Amino acid sequence: MRNAVAESENIVAETAEKIFADLADAQTINRDKNGAWKAPLWQALSESGLPLSWVPEDCGGSGASLAEGFSVLSAAGRFAVAVPLAETMLAGWLLAQAKISSPDGEMTVAPASPKDRITLNADGSLSGKARGVPFAKAAKHIAVVAGDAKGLSIALVEAAKCRIDSGLGLGGDHSDTVTFDKVQPVTTKPAPKGFEQTHLMLMGGVARSLQIAGALESMLEISVRYSNERVAFEKKISKFQAVQHNLARLAGESAAALAAATSAADAIANATSFNDEVFLEAVSAKIRCSEAAEKGGGIAHQVHGAIGFTSEHILHRYSLRALGWRDDFGSESYWAVELGRLVANRGADELWPLVASR
Amino acid sequence: MTAALRFDPIRLPPECEQLRKEVRAFLAEEIAAGTFDPHQPNREDTDAPEFSRRVGAKGWLGMTWPKKYGGHERSFLERYVVTEEMRVANAPTRRFFVADRQSGPVLLKYAPENIKMDILPRICRGEVCFAIGMSEPNSGSDLFAAKTRATKTDGGYLINGTKIWTSSAHIADYMIAIFRTSPPTKENRRHGLTQFLVKMKQPGIEVNPIQQITGQYEFNEVVFTDFFVPEDHVLGEVDGAWKQATSELAYERSGPERFLETYYVLTELVRAVGNNPDTRSAEGIGRLVAQLHTMRRMSVSVAGMLQAGKEPVVEASIVKDIGTVWEQALPHRVRDLAAFVEETATNRETLENQLSFAIKTAPKLTIQGGTTEVLRGIIARGLGLR
Repeated sequence: MRNAVAESENIVAETAEKIFADLADAQTINRDKNGAWKAPLWQALSESGLPLSWVPEDCGGSGASLAEGFSVLSAAGRFAVAVPLAETMLAGWLLAQAKISSPDGEMTVAPASPKDRITLNADGSLSGKARGVPFAKAAKHIAVVAGDAKGLSIALVEAAKCRIDSGLGLGGDHSDTVTFDKVQPVTTKPAPKGFEQTHLMLMGGVARSLQIAGALESMLEISVRYSNERVAFEKKISKFQAVQHNLARLAGESAAALAAATSAADAIANATSFNDEVFLEAVSAKIRCSEAAEKGGGIAHQVHGAIGFTSEHILHRYSLRALGWRDDFGSESYWAVELGRLVANRGADELWPLVASR
Repeated sequence: MTAALRFDPIRLPPECEQLRKEVRAFLAEEIAAGTFDPHQPNREDTDAPEFSRRVGAKGWLGMTWPKKYGGHERSFLERYVVTEEMRVANAPTRRFFVADRQSGPVLLKYAPENIKMDILPRICRGEVCFAIGMSEPNSGSDLFAAKTRATKTDGGYLINGTKIWTSSAHIADYMIAIFRTSPPTKENRRHGLTQFLVKMKQPGIEVNPIQQITGQYEFNEVVFTDFFVPEDHVLGEVDGAWKQATSELAYERSGPERFLETYYVLTELVRAVGNNPDTRSAEGIGRLVAQLHTMRRMSVSVAGMLQAGKEPVVEASIVKDIGTVWEQALPHRVRDLAAFVEETATNRETLENQLSFAIKTAPKLTIQGGTTEVLRGIIARGLGLR
């Protein structure tokens, strides 16, 4: 059974990998200043059903498992894919929680920060402000978590009806402020019993963790390759012990990110609820992957020297996105405070049982 | 792609949870009976022969070994659970830990049948203690510079030379050591060393204590003078010890003991800050827990790969590199946060005593069992840099 699952995960991930390899090659994208690569990439992804991986077939999606979808995000991270694939997947997942069908086209989610709140007004409209919403400018629809006195609802909103103030994340992708000023959604439905805004943040955080881990895998690969090509002081720089040890540390950071992110994805994919154990997995992944983005990305740049600091080189596509992804759905310091409070609240003697729960 | 690193999200199978309950209950009984104090890692009674026998009687030594040698044919993941619970409880495992983790598996692979039948069941019963004879006064990380000679004689070998930093040699019944049987060759400087089983506590072996900066006594200098080792105590290929070393490293380097050595200070800090920590303490604790959780997931993943018959040597080296650097820094990070603990915290003194011991322990963690520099060399080789 486990093998059968792993195999289908592979098929979905392989489909994604092939599309990325054909249409999102880092060198090609990096040379294309007009973004002409975006439309064919998005079209190919849409035709394969990947953006709606997490939407059941009766809600207009392709009904892939959570695990399959997570494997797509790992691949997207390895290619530092700069289209709203993760965001559309998350939006589809969120809408499906309330059995709302997903429309075609690019989507994103709001809020994208654990501190922002959107209000559902008595007349059914939405009010509030969501900051750092990834790809809001590129999205046709936004899936929103909104609350009123009765609890939480999930709404599908046309992006054109919102005020969107453009911003750019570190990687150069849109990270926008979305203002809901009495916006009437296309559809609003109550969130399922027990649903919390935190669940969206954890899903988003795990998505970003997988993307960071993927980007680090690629940074390791291109750094190793470069060190085996670049000659200085009459030998390949890979032969210097200082460089070797730096790359070994990069491998360690990449490994830690990979382990934390895939473990969290596996935990969510097999969980029946977002309990303390799943919370530990998801926020640990976000914290550790964010730390790895800083340490690992720093080493990748150090190995590349000045060439890696140029826009002409592809390294920044991975390093800057990985750094930028740290901020989405709650930063590592935000989640560290939350995790620290949870641990303190459970008490010292409950720490090890929590850590050893899986 | 470079050879991709693998850290599959291994989950412990259900039988592990039952076992974990049993181990916790056993340790709670031992603590209640006064065998050891889990809050006192710096005690002197880390050698606890009776405790070792009771652990053996529970079936928790030689867990993965064949039944015919006294083993229990259980999985690496079950062994993992026992190891981590013992470590977190600060249980006195010194007498059996090396034999169970390392020496037993070497004997299983390389010892003649009569020796296996003699010694392995005794390890499983918690009756024998092993030491590892690798380092010498001028040969530490550079293992292949070892000079202690094993000279062929009638029916065996005569050993002359000195091993050093040998943990537990003063209580050990046996040592697995490498001795020089031939000079290195021009083509292969690793050639010429042979692995031997040595029966301790005999004439011709002198064990001299070396005091450590923690105040504890684990280290020894072991001097061999015309010490006789019989022929059948050769383990594996004569002159070929270097071929035998690497595959065992994955077992030695990736276990929970590689990141839990100073764990107790984190528990004690959480106790000291109480249920309602300030933001700085919460943030600090949260990060440390996230890092700990990640380490453990990496380590469990390697255990799962070992169980599946793989040899994740690079992954295991990464676990030890990151794990030991983390457990070395942990007491210092806890000290940072302890500065904000209220004067009224009831366990303040315990925390301070533990910190003092952990900070003194910290320097050895990235040296023992393969230094950070050696590990990074292995990782670099795995990446195709050497």
